[in-house]
Amino acid sequence: MGVDEVKENLPSIDEMTDEEYERMYDAVAEQKTGEAGVCTQSFVENKPLTKAERWKMNFKRRGWILLFIIPALIYVLIFCYGPMYGILIAFQDFMPGDEILGSNTLWVGWENFQTFFANPNFKDYFFNTFLLCIFGFIVGFPLPIIVALLLNSLPRPKIKKGLQILYYAPHFISLVVMVGMLKFIFGSDGLLDALSVKMGGDANGLQLFLKPGAFRPLFIFSGNWQDFGWSAIIYIAALAGVDPALHEAAKVDGASRFKRIFSVDLPAIAPTIIMLMILSVGNLMSCGYEKVLLMQTDGNLETSEILSTYVYKFGLMGGQYGVGTAAGLFNSVINVVLLIIANTVSKKLSGNSMW
Amino acid sequence: MNMKNQQVMNNQDILDLKAQKKANKIKNPKTDIVYFVICGLILFLLAVIIIYPLYYIIIASISDPDAVMTGEVWLYPIKLTFSGYGQLFKNSDIWRSYGNTILYTVLGTVFNVVLTIPAGWALSREYLPFRKLIMVLLIITMFFGGGLVPYIILCRSLGLYQNPLILIIGGGVSVYNVFMCKSFFTSNVPKEVLEAAEIDGAGEIRTFFDLVLPLAKSIISVMVLFYAVGHWNNYIDAYIFNIDQEFYPLQTVLNELLSVTKGGEGDVVLEQMRAATQIKFTSIIVATVPILILYPMIEKHFGQGVLVGSFK
Repeated sequence: MGVDEVKENLPSIDEMTDEEYERMYDAVAEQKTGEAGVCTQSFVENKPLTKAERWKMNFKRRGWILLFIIPALIYVLIFCYGPMYGILIAFQDFMPGDEILGSNTLWVGWENFQTFFANPNFKDYFFNTFLLCIFGFIVGFPLPIIVALLLNSLPRPKIKKGLQILYYAPHFISLVVMVGMLKFIFGSDGLLDALSVKMGGDANGLQLFLKPGAFRPLFIFSGNWQDFGWSAIIYIAALAGVDPALHEAAKVDGASRFKRIFSVDLPAIAPTIIMLMILSVGNLMSCGYEKVLLMQTDGNLETSEILSTYVYKFGLMGGQYGVGTAAGLFNSVINVVLLIIANTVSKKLSGNSMW
Repeated sequence: MNMKNQQVMNNQDILDLKAQKKANKIKNPKTDIVYFVICGLILFLLAVIIIYPLYYIIIASISDPDAVMTGEVWLYPIKLTFSGYGQLFKNSDIWRSYGNTILYTVLGTVFNVVLTIPAGWALSREYLPFRKLIMVLLIITMFFGGGLVPYIILCRSLGLYQNPLILIIGGGVSVYNVFMCKSFFTSNVPKEVLEAAEIDGAGEIRTFFDLVLPLAKSIISVMVLFYAVGHWNNYIDAYIFNIDQEFYPLQTVLNELLSVTKGGEGDVVLEQMRAATQIKFTSIIVATVPILILYPMIEKHFGQGVLVGSFK
């Protein structure tokens, strides 16, 4: 067996067991013997090192590489793990300015959670979050796939490229501008209302932004307007990797372009679809509050108040830190559970999983 | 397979019922032309849906505000006027915040890139000590976090509350972006070059600056775009951290500007309302143009496997 073959079949040098390492060592020795006729003296005399010794040697020789990751790691430890320590607040009666673990910390057990769950509107917030995200997922998940498939089937690369650039662009528009535009068109005094008044509709216009029933469609429509092209990138890239010979073969068999979408294109991107589906399910309850806050009006609160806006308004702005942290934690835990479920199901059904 | 088939068709159904009906009829391979017509039509329609709101903002910004408010402007500008832009130039809030945002964006992006690119490089090396542990530490943060309130409390204890510095260093490392860099380096730095460098006795630090960085232009520009857009578009942090108005970034000022004078406020003089309407449109344009200039310059780098490999 050649060195390359042995190397290929082995994990990276740091992850090898001692036995594997010896195997590689022997193969290298063999190759050296073959090349020079006699094996280099020093190489044979150096006995294979144990795993710990190898680790130490590697660390001495290439440990400087750690310098490159340390700044980012410190940042993550402070700004991502720091707040995780702050979760303790969920079990405290915490006032701004308190220490998290001080001598006069008031531990209240699950009281903050009870306050949160006992809120008469808790159910509404929960379902609003759930419905907003699930509808967003139902519309927003397949749309980029369809767009990618259609774009990919275009015979002219130049048109395809041009459309792609156009489709990506809205992704970079800010939320404030996005919602501003939405209001110019669908809001009171907006274009649609002005037109509907002109057409002889209600003198006040449609006032969609004040109607609870219109919040979700507007939110989801604008979200997709902004991101369908961007989300399609990954599928477009996956489709670019499809072997053209497959298409040729299907053509010979008499498959139309439309049919080939299902017989060639879709199977090729299936693993990508599943991977992204796991990720989206993991984020199913984590609608950000930034855009919702911008779109909220007194009129549509009934559907637009979600868990994260509650945390923002009540927990942060209202100074109820303990309850706010508890509500946030509740939301995070749901996300993690969803992710684990999605990953397990996908592992069982298709063998694809993230870990 | 069948089920997927069904699912996609259903979704297309939602997208365009007519197109679906027609598409279903294509059984004969020779009628590919029908498919292409429908496909082109859908894609064209999507393009129109994207362009129209942007176009509308532009024509509304240069039209007479009365015509805009009565819905006469929807296809082309009416009674061309640039007074909205004139007013915008007079609005000192906008320009001060514009300056603030440029400062935050430039410094913040430098901070982001300096943290992210080397981290991605280190993670892409299999010999990195503690590699697995570091990866796990990073991945966890992608799916679980302390939440908003503990984050604010942490920043408060670091002295970043009411401190504009948070607008620069907040969100310093996006783990997602680090992994994007990692996969870029894994697949785009030739092994032979690195081996040669090692034989020549180049250390880790020299290797990175002399060999790796010059190869990393496209990933750096993509990171610059992502992070810069993030800083530029951020409006909420100024509220969360209770920043002084003087230090407000552009988007926060824009938000204030856009959310005033809604229908019911009777005391607003008509002239003021007209001015407010116009300035809304023009400020949106002025706030968005830099991003829409930066984006196409960097767009060409998207294709280089940069975005794809990140899902591993």
